[in-house]
Amino acid sequence: MVIDTLQEMFSYAFLVRAVVVGLLVSLCAALLGVSLVLKRYSMIGDGLSHVGFGALAIATAMHTAPLAVSIPIVVSAAFLLLRISENSKIKGDAAIALISTSSLAVGVLVVSLTTGMNTDVCNYMFGSILVMSKSDVTLSIILAAVVLTMFVVFYNKIFAVTFDENFARATGVKTGLYNMMIAFLTAITIVLGMRMMGALLISSLIIFPALTSMRLCKRFISVTVCSAIVSVACFFTGVIISYVKATPTGASVVIVNIVAFLAFWLVSAVRGSVLKRRTR
Amino acid sequence: MALIACQDASFAYDGVTAVSGLNFAVGAGDYLCVVGENGTGKSTLVKGLLGLLSPCGGGVVTGDGLKRNEIGYLPQQTAVQKDFPAGVYEVVLSGRLASRGVLPFYSRADKAAADENLRRLNIESLRDRCYRELSGGQQQRALLARALCATKKLLLLDEPVAGLDPIATQELYRLIESVNKSGLTVIMVSHDIRGAVTYASRILHLNKAQVFFGPTEEYLNSDVGKSFVGGKRDGN
Repeated sequence: MVIDTLQEMFSYAFLVRAVVVGLLVSLCAALLGVSLVLKRYSMIGDGLSHVGFGALAIATAMHTAPLAVSIPIVVSAAFLLLRISENSKIKGDAAIALISTSSLAVGVLVVSLTTGMNTDVCNYMFGSILVMSKSDVTLSIILAAVVLTMFVVFYNKIFAVTFDENFARATGVKTGLYNMMIAFLTAITIVLGMRMMGALLISSLIIFPALTSMRLCKRFISVTVCSAIVSVACFFTGVIISYVKATPTGASVVIVNIVAFLAFWLVSAVRGSVLKRRTR
Repeated sequence: MALIACQDASFAYDGVTAVSGLNFAVGAGDYLCVVGENGTGKSTLVKGLLGLLSPCGGGVVTGDGLKRNEIGYLPQQTAVQKDFPAGVYEVVLSGRLASRGVLPFYSRADKAAADENLRRLNIESLRDRCYRELSGGQQQRALLARALCATKKLLLLDEPVAGLDPIATQELYRLIESVNKSGLTVIMVSHDIRGAVTYASRILHLNKAQVFFGPTEEYLNSDVGKSFVGGKRDGN
Protein backbone atom coordinates (compact mmCIF):
# COMPACT_ATOMS: atom_id res chain seq x y z
CA MET A 1 0.00 0.00 0.00
CA VAL A 2 2.83 2.35 0.90
CA ILE A 3 4.64 1.33 -2.27
CA ASP A 4 1.52 2.05 -4.35
CA THR A 5 1.32 5.51 -2.81
CA LEU A 6 5.00 6.15 -3.50
CA GLN A 7 4.66 4.94 -7.09
CA GLU A 8 1.68 7.17 -7.62
CA MET A 9 3.51 10.11 -6.03
CA PHE A 10 6.59 9.78 -8.15
CA SER A 11 4.63 9.54 -11.39
CA TYR A 12 4.25 13.33 -11.10
CA ALA A 13 7.39 15.07 -12.35
CA PHE A 14 6.81 18.14 -10.16
CA LEU A 15 6.63 15.96 -7.05
CA VAL A 16 9.88 14.19 -7.94
CA ARG A 17 11.55 17.58 -8.33
CA ALA A 18 10.10 18.80 -5.05
CA VAL A 19 11.19 15.69 -3.14
CA VAL A 20 14.73 15.83 -4.58
CA VAL A 21 15.15 19.51 -3.73
CA GLY A 22 13.52 19.03 -0.34
CA LEU A 23 15.69 16.09 0.67
CA LEU A 24 18.90 17.86 -0.35
CA VAL A 25 17.86 21.10 1.33
CA SER A 26 16.94 19.33 4.56
CA LEU A 27 20.28 17.53 4.52
CA CYS A 28 22.21 20.81 4.11
CA ALA A 29 20.03 22.66 6.63
CA ALA A 30 20.59 19.94 9.24
CA LEU A 31 24.38 19.94 8.82
CA LEU A 32 24.69 23.72 8.89
CA GLY A 33 22.14 23.84 11.70
CA VAL A 34 24.36 21.85 14.08
CA SER A 35 27.01 24.56 13.98
CA LEU A 36 24.49 27.43 14.00
CA VAL A 37 22.48 26.09 16.93
CA LEU A 38 25.58 25.30 19.01
CA LYS A 39 27.00 28.76 18.36
CA ARG A 40 23.70 30.35 19.43
CA TYR A 41 23.08 31.66 15.92
CA SER A 42 19.70 29.90 15.49
CA MET A 43 17.88 33.16 14.95
CA ILE A 44 20.02 33.96 11.91
CA GLY A 45 18.12 31.29 9.98
CA ASP A 46 14.81 32.81 10.98
CA GLY A 47 15.96 36.34 10.14
CA LEU A 48 17.25 35.26 6.75
CA SER A 49 13.98 33.60 5.79
CA HIS A 50 12.11 36.86 6.41
CA VAL A 51 14.66 38.73 4.32
CA GLY A 52 14.02 36.07 1.67
CA PHE A 53 10.31 36.85 1.78
CA GLY A 54 10.98 40.54 1.09
CA ALA A 55 13.33 39.61 -1.74
CA LEU A 56 10.76 37.26 -3.31
CA ALA A 57 8.09 39.96 -3.18
CA ILE A 58 10.41 42.39 -4.96
CA ALA A 59 11.33 39.76 -7.56
CA THR A 60 7.65 39.11 -8.32
CA ALA A 61 6.95 42.81 -8.58
CA MET A 62 9.83 43.24 -11.05
CA HIS A 63 8.81 40.10 -12.97
CA THR A 64 12.31 38.61 -12.66
CA ALA A 65 13.48 35.13 -11.74
CA PRO A 66 13.04 34.67 -7.95
CA LEU A 67 16.47 33.10 -7.38
CA ALA A 68 18.37 35.82 -9.27
CA VAL A 69 17.03 38.49 -6.94
CA SER A 70 16.75 36.67 -3.64
CA ILE A 71 20.15 34.91 -3.56
CA PRO A 72 22.27 38.11 -3.60
CA ILE A 73 19.96 39.90 -1.17
CA VAL A 74 19.81 37.04 1.34
CA VAL A 75 23.57 36.34 1.10
CA SER A 76 24.39 39.97 1.85
CA ALA A 77 21.91 39.92 4.74
CA ALA A 78 23.65 36.81 6.08
CA PHE A 79 27.04 38.55 6.08
CA LEU A 80 25.48 41.59 7.71
CA LEU A 81 23.85 39.50 10.46
CA LEU A 82 27.10 37.64 11.07
CA ARG A 83 28.95 40.93 11.37
CA ILE A 84 26.38 42.19 13.86
CA SER A 85 26.53 39.02 16.00
CA GLU A 86 30.30 39.29 16.18
CA ASN A 87 30.15 42.92 17.18
CA SER A 88 29.50 42.97 20.90
CA LYS A 89 28.34 46.58 20.84
CA ILE A 90 25.00 45.82 19.18
CA LYS A 91 22.88 43.08 20.70
CA GLY A 92 22.66 40.36 18.06
CA ASP A 93 19.12 39.16 18.80
CA ALA A 94 17.64 42.66 18.69
CA ALA A 95 19.39 43.40 15.40
CA ILE A 96 18.07 40.20 13.84
CA ALA A 97 14.52 41.00 14.96
CA LEU A 98 14.96 44.48 13.49
CA ILE A 99 16.12 43.19 10.13
CA SER A 100 13.56 40.40 9.87
CA THR A 101 10.54 42.58 10.66
CA SER A 102 11.84 45.31 8.35
CA SER A 103 12.11 42.88 5.44
CA LEU A 104 8.68 41.47 6.20
CA ALA A 105 7.23 45.00 6.15
CA VAL A 106 8.99 45.83 2.87
CA GLY A 107 7.72 42.59 1.35
CA VAL A 108 4.12 43.15 2.42
CA LEU A 109 4.21 46.74 1.18
CA VAL A 110 5.63 45.76 -2.21
CA VAL A 111 3.04 42.99 -2.58
CA SER A 112 0.09 45.22 -1.71
CA LEU A 113 1.28 47.98 -4.05
CA THR A 114 1.64 45.58 -7.00
CA THR A 115 -0.29 42.33 -7.17
CA GLY A 116 -2.23 42.61 -3.94
CA MET A 117 -2.58 39.83 -1.40
CA ASN A 118 -3.14 36.71 -3.47
CA THR A 119 -2.31 33.01 -3.35
CA ASP A 120 1.28 33.74 -4.46
CA VAL A 121 1.86 35.63 -1.22
CA CYS A 122 0.29 32.86 0.81
CA ASN A 123 2.64 30.43 -0.94
CA TYR A 124 5.68 32.51 0.01
CA MET A 125 4.59 32.56 3.61
CA PHE A 126 3.65 28.93 4.07
CA GLY A 127 5.21 27.20 1.08
CA SER A 128 4.01 25.33 -1.96
CA ILE A 129 5.25 22.10 -3.42
CA LEU A 130 4.32 23.11 -6.98
CA VAL A 131 7.00 25.71 -7.56
CA MET A 132 10.24 23.72 -7.86
CA SER A 133 11.82 24.11 -11.32
CA LYS A 134 14.64 22.25 -13.05
CA SER A 135 17.08 25.03 -12.11
CA ASP A 136 16.13 24.55 -8.43
CA VAL A 137 17.03 20.87 -8.75
CA THR A 138 20.42 21.67 -10.31
CA LEU A 139 21.20 24.32 -7.72
CA SER A 140 20.24 22.09 -4.80
CA ILE A 141 22.47 19.27 -6.10
CA ILE A 142 25.41 21.70 -6.32
CA LEU A 143 24.64 23.08 -2.86
CA ALA A 144 24.42 19.64 -1.29
CA ALA A 145 27.71 18.61 -2.93
CA VAL A 146 29.45 21.73 -1.57
CA VAL A 147 28.03 21.38 1.95
CA LEU A 148 28.84 17.66 2.18
CA THR A 149 32.38 18.17 0.88
CA MET A 150 32.90 21.01 3.32
CA PHE A 151 31.72 18.92 6.27
CA VAL A 152 33.92 15.98 5.35
CA VAL A 153 37.08 17.92 4.49
CA PHE A 154 36.85 20.63 7.14
CA TYR A 155 35.11 18.58 9.85
CA ASN A 156 37.91 19.07 12.39
CA LYS A 157 38.11 22.79 11.77
CA ILE A 158 34.35 23.23 11.92
CA PHE A 159 34.39 21.37 15.25
CA ALA A 160 37.14 23.64 16.59
CA VAL A 161 35.48 26.84 15.39
CA THR A 162 32.11 25.79 16.82
CA PHE A 163 33.45 24.54 20.15
CA ASP A 164 35.89 27.32 20.93
CA GLU A 165 36.35 30.14 18.50
CA ASN A 166 39.01 31.90 20.59
CA PHE A 167 41.20 28.84 20.82
CA ALA A 168 40.76 28.07 17.12
CA ARG A 169 41.74 31.62 16.19
CA ALA A 170 44.78 31.46 18.48
CA THR A 171 45.97 28.27 16.78
CA GLY A 172 45.80 29.96 13.39
CA VAL A 173 42.43 28.76 12.08
CA LYS A 174 40.79 31.43 9.95
CA THR A 175 37.58 31.47 11.98
CA GLY A 176 36.11 34.43 10.08
CA LEU A 177 36.39 32.50 6.83
CA TYR A 178 34.57 29.46 8.22
CA ASN A 179 31.84 31.60 9.75
CA MET A 180 31.34 33.35 6.42
CA MET A 181 31.26 30.05 4.56
CA ILE A 182 28.58 28.70 6.91
CA ALA A 183 26.55 31.92 6.67
CA PHE A 184 26.83 31.90 2.86
CA LEU A 185 25.70 28.28 2.54
CA THR A 186 22.89 28.85 5.06
CA ALA A 187 21.63 31.76 2.95
CA ILE A 188 21.56 29.62 -0.22
CA THR A 189 19.86 26.75 1.66
CA ILE A 190 17.17 29.08 2.94
CA VAL A 191 16.50 30.67 -0.44
CA LEU A 192 16.20 27.26 -2.05
CA GLY A 193 14.01 25.68 0.58
CA MET A 194 11.91 28.73 1.34
CA ARG A 195 9.43 28.54 -1.53
CA MET A 196 8.61 24.94 -0.70
CA MET A 197 8.66 25.13 3.10
CA GLY A 198 7.44 28.71 3.40
CA ALA A 199 9.31 31.77 4.66
CA LEU A 200 7.81 31.38 8.10
CA LEU A 201 8.66 27.69 8.43
CA ILE A 202 12.02 27.14 6.72
CA SER A 203 14.14 27.92 9.78
CA SER A 204 12.65 24.85 11.48
CA LEU A 205 14.72 22.68 9.09
CA ILE A 206 17.85 24.32 10.51
CA ILE A 207 16.96 24.27 14.18
CA PHE A 208 14.90 21.12 14.81
CA PRO A 209 17.25 18.32 13.62
CA ALA A 210 20.19 19.66 15.64
CA LEU A 211 18.12 20.07 18.81
CA THR A 212 16.48 16.68 18.32
CA SER A 213 19.74 14.76 17.95
CA MET A 214 21.33 16.65 20.84
CA ARG A 215 18.77 15.02 23.16
CA LEU A 216 20.47 11.66 22.66
CA CYS A 217 23.90 12.14 21.05
CA LYS A 218 26.94 13.14 23.02
CA ARG A 219 29.59 13.57 20.34
CA PHE A 220 29.87 16.28 17.73
CA ILE A 221 30.18 13.68 14.98
CA SER A 222 27.15 11.70 16.17
CA VAL A 223 25.06 14.86 16.53
CA THR A 224 26.01 15.85 12.97
CA VAL A 225 25.25 12.45 11.42
CA CYS A 226 22.09 11.97 13.48
CA SER A 227 20.80 15.44 12.50
CA ALA A 228 21.28 14.67 8.82
CA ILE A 229 19.40 11.36 9.12
CA VAL A 230 16.60 12.79 11.28
CA SER A 231 16.15 15.75 8.95
CA VAL A 232 15.97 13.68 5.76
CA ALA A 233 13.63 11.12 7.37
CA CYS A 234 11.34 13.82 8.75
CA PHE A 235 11.14 15.59 5.41
CA PHE A 236 10.30 12.40 3.54
CA THR A 237 7.64 11.39 6.08
CA GLY A 238 6.22 14.90 6.00
CA VAL A 239 5.93 14.94 2.21
CA ILE A 240 4.16 11.58 2.14
CA ILE A 241 1.71 12.71 4.83
CA SER A 242 1.08 15.93 2.95
CA TYR A 243 0.41 13.96 -0.26
CA VAL A 244 -1.88 11.40 1.33
CA LYS A 245 -3.80 13.79 3.57
CA ALA A 246 -3.58 16.78 1.19
CA THR A 247 -2.03 18.96 3.92
CA PRO A 248 0.44 21.83 3.28
CA THR A 249 3.94 20.38 2.81
CA GLY A 250 5.89 22.85 4.94
CA ALA A 251 3.61 22.56 7.94
CA SER A 252 3.48 18.75 7.69
CA VAL A 253 7.28 18.52 7.69
CA VAL A 254 7.50 20.78 10.74
CA ILE A 255 4.89 18.68 12.58
CA VAL A 256 6.88 15.51 11.88
CA ASN A 257 9.98 17.29 13.19
CA ILE A 258 8.13 18.23 16.37
CA VAL A 259 7.07 14.60 16.87
CA ALA A 260 10.67 13.44 16.35
CA PHE A 261 11.92 16.02 18.84
CA LEU A 262 9.39 14.93 21.47
CA ALA A 263 10.21 11.26 20.88
CA PHE A 264 13.97 11.86 21.30
CA TRP A 265 13.34 14.00 24.35
CA LEU A 266 11.15 11.31 25.90
CA VAL A 267 13.78 8.63 25.31
CA SER A 268 16.48 10.80 26.89
CA ALA A 269 14.23 11.59 29.88
CA VAL A 270 13.43 7.90 30.42
CA ARG A 271 17.08 6.94 30.01
CA GLY A 272 18.11 9.67 32.45
CA SER A 273 15.70 8.52 35.15
CA VAL A 274 16.70 4.86 34.69
CA LEU A 275 20.36 5.79 35.07
CA LYS A 276 19.56 7.85 38.14
CA ARG A 277 17.70 4.97 39.74
CA ARG A 278 20.57 2.62 39.01
CA THR A 279 23.16 4.88 40.65
CA ARG A 280 21.01 5.27 43.75
CA MET B 1 67.15 34.57 24.70
CA ALA B 2 63.60 35.43 25.66
CA LEU B 3 60.78 33.24 24.42
CA ILE B 4 58.40 36.15 24.09
CA ALA B 5 58.88 39.81 24.98
CA CYS B 6 57.02 43.10 24.84
CA GLN B 7 59.10 46.10 23.86
CA ASP B 8 57.37 49.30 24.94
CA ALA B 9 54.18 47.78 23.59
CA SER B 10 50.73 49.26 23.93
CA PHE B 11 47.39 47.84 22.85
CA ALA B 12 44.14 49.56 22.00
CA TYR B 13 40.62 48.22 21.98
CA ASP B 14 37.90 49.95 19.98
CA GLY B 15 40.21 52.91 19.50
CA VAL B 16 40.86 53.37 23.24
CA THR B 17 44.27 52.48 24.62
CA ALA B 18 43.67 49.61 27.04
CA VAL B 19 47.21 49.06 28.26
CA SER B 20 50.51 50.74 27.50
CA GLY B 21 54.18 50.87 28.44
CA LEU B 22 54.65 47.10 28.47
CA ASN B 23 58.29 46.13 28.80
CA PHE B 24 58.93 42.59 29.87
CA ALA B 25 60.54 39.41 28.68
CA VAL B 26 59.63 35.82 29.45
CA GLY B 27 62.47 33.32 29.27
CA ALA B 28 62.35 29.57 28.83
CA GLY B 29 61.10 27.81 31.97
CA ASP B 30 59.65 30.94 33.58
CA TYR B 31 56.31 30.96 35.39
CA LEU B 32 54.88 34.43 34.97
CA CYS B 33 51.62 35.52 36.55
CA VAL B 34 49.83 38.60 35.26
CA VAL B 35 47.74 40.25 37.96
CA GLY B 36 45.66 43.40 38.29
CA GLU B 37 42.12 44.52 38.87
CA ASN B 38 39.27 44.16 36.39
CA GLY B 39 39.61 46.28 33.28
CA THR B 40 43.34 46.92 33.66
CA GLY B 41 44.34 45.37 30.37
CA LYS B 42 44.99 41.72 31.22
CA SER B 43 42.69 40.22 28.58
CA THR B 44 43.94 42.71 26.03
CA LEU B 45 47.51 41.63 26.75
CA VAL B 46 46.50 37.98 26.25
CA LYS B 47 45.10 38.79 22.81
CA GLY B 48 48.23 40.75 22.02
CA LEU B 49 50.55 37.90 23.01
CA LEU B 50 48.52 35.47 20.90
CA GLY B 51 48.82 37.80 17.93
CA LEU B 52 45.04 38.30 17.70
CA LEU B 53 45.52 42.00 18.35
CA SER B 54 48.32 44.10 16.84
CA PRO B 55 50.10 46.52 19.15
CA CYS B 56 49.31 50.17 18.43
CA GLY B 57 52.81 51.09 19.61
CA GLY B 58 56.05 49.19 20.26
CA GLY B 59 56.16 45.50 19.47
CA VAL B 60 55.88 41.91 20.63
CA VAL B 61 58.79 39.70 19.63
CA THR B 62 59.22 35.97 19.93
CA GLY B 63 62.47 34.05 20.18
CA ASP B 64 63.70 30.45 20.26
CA GLY B 65 61.81 29.74 17.06
CA LEU B 66 58.44 30.14 18.77
CA LYS B 67 55.63 30.78 16.31
CA ARG B 68 52.55 32.68 17.41
CA ASN B 69 50.25 29.78 16.61
CA GLU B 70 52.38 27.47 18.76
CA ILE B 71 51.32 29.00 22.05
CA GLY B 72 49.21 26.59 24.09
CA TYR B 73 46.23 28.73 24.97
CA LEU B 74 43.71 27.97 27.71
CA PRO B 75 40.88 30.47 27.15
CA GLN B 76 38.16 31.36 29.60
CA GLN B 77 35.18 29.04 29.24
CA THR B 78 32.20 30.35 27.34
CA ALA B 79 28.53 29.56 27.92
CA VAL B 80 28.46 27.73 24.57
CA GLN B 81 30.89 25.06 25.81
CA LYS B 82 29.04 24.18 28.99
CA ASP B 83 26.42 22.08 27.17
CA PHE B 84 28.38 21.24 24.02
CA PRO B 85 28.06 17.66 22.79
CA ALA B 86 31.70 16.66 22.41
CA GLY B 87 33.91 13.83 23.56
CA VAL B 88 36.91 14.69 25.75
CA TYR B 89 39.26 13.03 23.26
CA GLU B 90 37.76 15.09 20.42
CA VAL B 91 38.37 18.28 22.39
CA VAL B 92 41.95 17.39 23.34
CA LEU B 93 42.79 16.32 19.79
CA SER B 94 41.59 19.67 18.44
CA GLY B 95 44.68 21.18 20.11
CA ARG B 96 46.71 19.68 17.27
CA LEU B 97 44.96 21.81 14.64
CA ALA B 98 47.80 24.31 14.36
CA SER B 99 50.24 21.56 13.40
CA ARG B 100 47.87 20.44 10.65
CA GLY B 101 47.87 23.66 8.64
CA VAL B 102 45.68 23.14 5.60
CA LEU B 103 45.66 19.35 5.91
CA PRO B 104 42.15 18.18 6.78
CA PHE B 105 42.70 15.10 8.98
CA TYR B 106 44.74 14.24 12.07
CA SER B 107 47.78 11.99 11.71
CA ARG B 108 48.76 9.08 13.92
CA ALA B 109 51.32 11.34 15.62
CA ASP B 110 48.55 13.81 16.49
CA LYS B 111 46.47 11.08 18.08
CA ALA B 112 49.48 9.80 20.02
CA ALA B 113 50.13 13.32 21.29
CA ALA B 114 46.53 13.65 22.46
CA ASP B 115 46.76 10.37 24.38
CA GLU B 116 50.13 11.35 25.81
CA ASN B 117 48.73 14.61 27.18
CA LEU B 118 45.68 12.88 28.66
CA ARG B 119 48.12 10.65 30.53
CA ARG B 120 50.22 13.61 31.58
CA LEU B 121 47.25 15.23 33.31
CA ASN B 122 45.88 11.96 34.76
CA ILE B 123 42.64 12.12 32.83
CA GLU B 124 42.98 9.01 30.67
CA SER B 125 39.86 7.68 32.39
CA LEU B 126 37.88 10.63 31.00
CA ARG B 127 39.01 9.99 27.41
CA ASP B 128 35.67 8.63 26.20
CA ARG B 129 33.45 10.72 28.43
CA CYS B 130 31.17 13.47 27.21
CA TYR B 131 32.66 16.91 27.83
CA ARG B 132 29.45 18.51 29.10
CA GLU B 133 29.03 15.84 31.79
CA LEU B 134 32.39 16.60 33.44
CA SER B 135 32.83 18.71 36.56
CA GLY B 136 34.32 22.19 36.21
CA GLY B 137 37.75 21.00 37.32
CA GLN B 138 37.72 18.06 34.91
CA GLN B 139 36.70 20.36 32.06
CA GLN B 140 39.62 22.67 32.83
CA ARG B 141 41.99 19.68 32.82
CA ALA B 142 40.68 18.60 29.43
CA LEU B 143 41.21 22.11 28.08
CA LEU B 144 44.69 22.17 29.62
CA ALA B 145 45.46 18.89 27.83
CA ARG B 146 44.26 20.51 24.60
CA ALA B 147 46.55 23.49 25.24
CA LEU B 148 49.47 21.12 25.83
CA CYS B 149 48.72 19.49 22.47
CA ALA B 150 49.17 22.86 20.80
CA THR B 151 52.60 23.67 22.21
CA LYS B 152 56.01 22.38 23.19
CA LYS B 153 57.23 25.62 24.71
CA LEU B 154 54.74 28.15 26.02
CA LEU B 155 51.40 27.89 27.83
CA LEU B 156 49.15 30.92 28.12
CA LEU B 157 46.41 30.44 30.72
CA ASP B 158 43.56 32.93 31.00
CA GLU B 159 41.94 32.72 34.45
CA PRO B 160 42.38 28.95 34.71
CA VAL B 161 40.90 28.62 38.22
CA ALA B 162 37.91 30.94 37.77
CA GLY B 163 34.77 29.24 39.06
CA LEU B 164 36.55 26.18 40.48
CA ASP B 165 36.08 24.98 44.04
CA PRO B 166 39.12 25.19 46.40
CA ILE B 167 40.13 21.54 45.95
CA ALA B 168 39.91 21.61 42.15
CA THR B 169 41.82 24.90 42.24
CA GLN B 170 44.69 23.38 44.21
CA GLU B 171 44.78 20.33 41.93
CA LEU B 172 44.94 22.49 38.82
CA TYR B 173 47.70 24.66 40.33
CA ARG B 174 49.72 21.54 41.11
CA LEU B 175 49.27 20.26 37.57
CA ILE B 176 50.37 23.58 36.12
CA GLU B 177 53.37 23.56 38.45
CA SER B 178 54.40 20.07 37.33
CA VAL B 179 54.00 21.05 33.68
CA ASN B 180 56.20 24.10 34.34
CA LYS B 181 58.82 21.95 36.07
CA SER B 182 58.92 19.62 33.08
CA GLY B 183 60.31 22.57 31.11
CA LEU B 184 57.34 24.46 29.72
CA THR B 185 57.10 28.20 30.12
CA VAL B 186 53.84 29.34 31.73
CA ILE B 187 52.13 32.71 31.49
CA MET B 188 49.01 32.85 33.65
CA VAL B 189 46.48 35.62 33.96
CA SER B 190 44.73 35.37 37.30
CA HIS B 191 42.52 37.10 39.82
CA ASP B 192 43.65 34.70 42.48
CA ILE B 193 46.56 36.75 43.83
CA ARG B 194 47.38 34.24 46.57
CA GLY B 195 47.72 31.40 44.09
CA ALA B 196 49.76 33.70 41.88
CA VAL B 197 52.36 34.60 44.50
CA THR B 198 52.53 31.02 45.77
CA TYR B 199 53.28 29.36 42.46
CA ALA B 200 54.64 31.94 40.01
CA SER B 201 58.31 32.83 39.82
CA ARG B 202 57.62 36.22 38.31
CA ILE B 203 54.79 38.74 38.58
CA LEU B 204 53.56 41.31 36.09
CA HIS B 205 51.16 43.80 37.68
CA LEU B 206 49.02 45.84 35.31
CA ASN B 207 46.94 48.92 35.89
CA LYS B 208 46.31 50.27 32.39
CA ALA B 209 50.11 50.28 32.23
CA GLN B 210 52.91 48.15 33.57
CA VAL B 211 53.13 48.81 37.32
CA PHE B 212 55.50 46.05 38.32
CA PHE B 213 57.53 43.36 36.63
CA GLY B 214 60.01 41.18 38.46
CA PRO B 215 60.55 38.14 40.69
CA THR B 216 57.77 37.20 43.09
CA GLU B 217 59.83 37.88 46.26
CA GLU B 218 60.57 41.39 45.06
CA TYR B 219 56.88 41.92 44.30
CA LEU B 220 55.88 40.87 47.81
CA ASN B 221 58.22 43.48 49.25
CA SER B 222 57.18 46.26 46.89
CA ASP B 223 54.52 48.82 47.83
CA VAL B 224 52.15 47.80 45.04
CA GLY B 225 52.57 44.16 45.91
CA LYS B 226 51.97 44.71 49.62
CA SER B 227 48.79 46.68 49.06
CA PHE B 228 47.44 44.28 46.39
CA VAL B 229 48.09 41.14 48.37
CA GLY B 230 46.65 43.08 51.29
CA GLY B 231 48.47 41.23 54.04
CA LYS B 232 46.19 38.23 53.61
CA ARG B 233 48.94 35.78 52.84
CA ASP B 234 48.85 34.30 56.34
CA GLY B 235 45.98 32.12 55.15
CA ASN B 236 48.39 29.95 53.17
